[in-house]
Amino acid sequence: MRSIQFREALREALSEEMRRDERVFLMGEEVAEYNGAYKVSQGMLDEFGPERVVDTPIAELGFAGIGVGAAMNGLRPVIEFMTFNFSLVAIDQVINAAAKLMSMSGGQYGAPMVFRGPTGSAGMLSSQHSQNFENWYANTPGLKVVVPSNPYDAKGLLKSAIRDNDPVIFMESEQMYGDKGEVPEEEYLLPIGVADIKREGTDVTIVSFGKIMKVALAAADELAKEGINAEVIDLRTVRPIDYKTLVESVKKTNRMVVVEEAWPLASISAELAYHIQSNAFDYMDAPVKRVTCRDVPLPYAPTLIEASLPNVARTVEAVKQVMYKKA
Amino acid sequence: MADTKDKAKKVAPAKAKVQAKPTFSKETYMWWYENMKLMRRFEEKAGQLYGQQKIKGFCHLYIGQEACVAGAVTALTKDDKWITAYRDHAHPLALGTDPGAIMAELFAKATGCSKGKGGSMHMFDKEVNFMGGHGIVGAQVPLGAGIAFAEKYNKTGNLCICYMGDGAVRQGAFHEALNMAMTWKLPVIFVIENNGYAMGTSVERTSNVQQLYTLGESYDMPSFPVEAMSVENVHEAVAEAAARARAGEGPTLLEFRTYRYKGHSMSDPAKYRTKEELEDYKSRDSIEAVKATILLNKWATEEELEQIDEQAKQKVAEAVKFAEESPYPDPSELYTDIYAESDYPYIMD
Repeated sequence: MRSIQFREALREALSEEMRRDERVFLMGEEVAEYNGAYKVSQGMLDEFGPERVVDTPIAELGFAGIGVGAAMNGLRPVIEFMTFNFSLVAIDQVINAAAKLMSMSGGQYGAPMVFRGPTGSAGMLSSQHSQNFENWYANTPGLKVVVPSNPYDAKGLLKSAIRDNDPVIFMESEQMYGDKGEVPEEEYLLPIGVADIKREGTDVTIVSFGKIMKVALAAADELAKEGINAEVIDLRTVRPIDYKTLVESVKKTNRMVVVEEAWPLASISAELAYHIQSNAFDYMDAPVKRVTCRDVPLPYAPTLIEASLPNVARTVEAVKQVMYKKA
Repeated sequence: MADTKDKAKKVAPAKAKVQAKPTFSKETYMWWYENMKLMRRFEEKAGQLYGQQKIKGFCHLYIGQEACVAGAVTALTKDDKWITAYRDHAHPLALGTDPGAIMAELFAKATGCSKGKGGSMHMFDKEVNFMGGHGIVGAQVPLGAGIAFAEKYNKTGNLCICYMGDGAVRQGAFHEALNMAMTWKLPVIFVIENNGYAMGTSVERTSNVQQLYTLGESYDMPSFPVEAMSVENVHEAVAEAAARARAGEGPTLLEFRTYRYKGHSMSDPAKYRTKEELEDYKSRDSIEAVKATILLNKWATEEELEQIDEQAKQKVAEAVKFAEESPYPDPSELYTDIYAESDYPYIMD
């Protein structure tokens, strides 16, 4: 099978859906003439023209709202945030408009649209450009939140997100755009809300999503060298969460470690720990452990970043703790 | 159209004039009278029922501002789209939504136009292209631009009329939306209903820029003040703006100078203004002006107009009866109308 970059997989998803459905358009900062801040939309202006690949001023609140209005009135916008760090100035339109229209209009109007862009840290960018808001958006009924971890999942899930009749938050990573992975030539879609077992195992369940899946998988490799057979689950979607796959895995392994880039308080890992203690208590041989970003703004210095972000060593250590093994 | 370079410190609407030689037809005047009376009677009753605790939540009445909606309805077509903030009972009424559905929404009943899930601030009626009813000040302005974006994208020739209060123009959303709407020539009419007060804060206290229409000029947008106690002025200004929008020339910003007779919401005793100011505005009442023009032109008798008023009261009474007799939403409705997806897996524990 051919291998393509994450950004190419996204571009294929966008372009295929725009060819398929005239109502789909892409709007955001630098998406057209600049060919995308991270080259996701490279060449799309040439194919689709400026009516459907729309450059905006730096006005996230305004263009997010214009996207919601267009969605209310029959179009299917894809709104690109250069990073979800900037979505905070637009969050009113996401939470108070897109997520609420269906409910407050009694089902008459909705917002079938996608808000997409990179989330999380991406090197030495300091605190305003290194934050994870997956759990913020996942908290809100009315939204769906998709966080893919590889090119194959990204393409199949983005196509589903664009066809979805509800507003979907689709979170990528600057540090994944260059990742290569196998993606078939023929069309396929992946369902929203279904987790994927990326590695089967029997001793412990490691759960993660998005870019940090790399840490989870690398930790599983390390653990294998020591004879620990970890099952690694990629949530792929954090609203809704595929609890069933999780519970089934934990019933088999009796242990769970969650690896997540966000801050610990009210994180996805907190939600997963709640659900597992509530629904698989009798199967658990150890308390759930989690590895998250430290409870601090992410600073600039590499030593401080290293001390904060989830990594393989911390993940391996957490697994050993739930297995009552000495580090 | 009023003087576009009005630099008067105080935004004060001129007295609505009785038209001895009206430019609009008898039918238009009679429609205005009937519908403005209906808005007035509906809101009077809503205020009364709020006092009786039959209507809950927040409730913002339109009394005094009727011309702002009535003149726009007659200037636009049925395919144009409407959006406003939370002072939103009158817009759907004038667009033809059943008064019973609006009253039932105020009563939180399942038969309400938003199924009892929106309330006073979130009236919606897709049948008449009324797209809400929005509760965050200024946030409906980008939505209005987006609705217009879709009309332009689909080359329909329709437009969006987007209302906001004078408070909204101090929000960033307003400025971002105006800038993009003008840059992209979106078919949208932005209407500021300047009733002088953002809740209890007068326009003068919110900015050095008090001629609100001039804010549009920052974006090279055609922008005009309109003495909106006159329904004729409103119709003419909206018709001109609509012609620009349909000709592909983009948006217009209209500052409607109007006045609300009641407080910001039901809990507001409006102590920030004088009784004299209120009485002054009431003496310029837009409905009375329409009535005087009809009488002067002998299009109807005093008795006939009285009868129209009675019919409006009757419609409102029927709306109240419908609302009273309608059921509340069944608890099973809690998990409906949130996602388009019918089997979304809600967290239930």
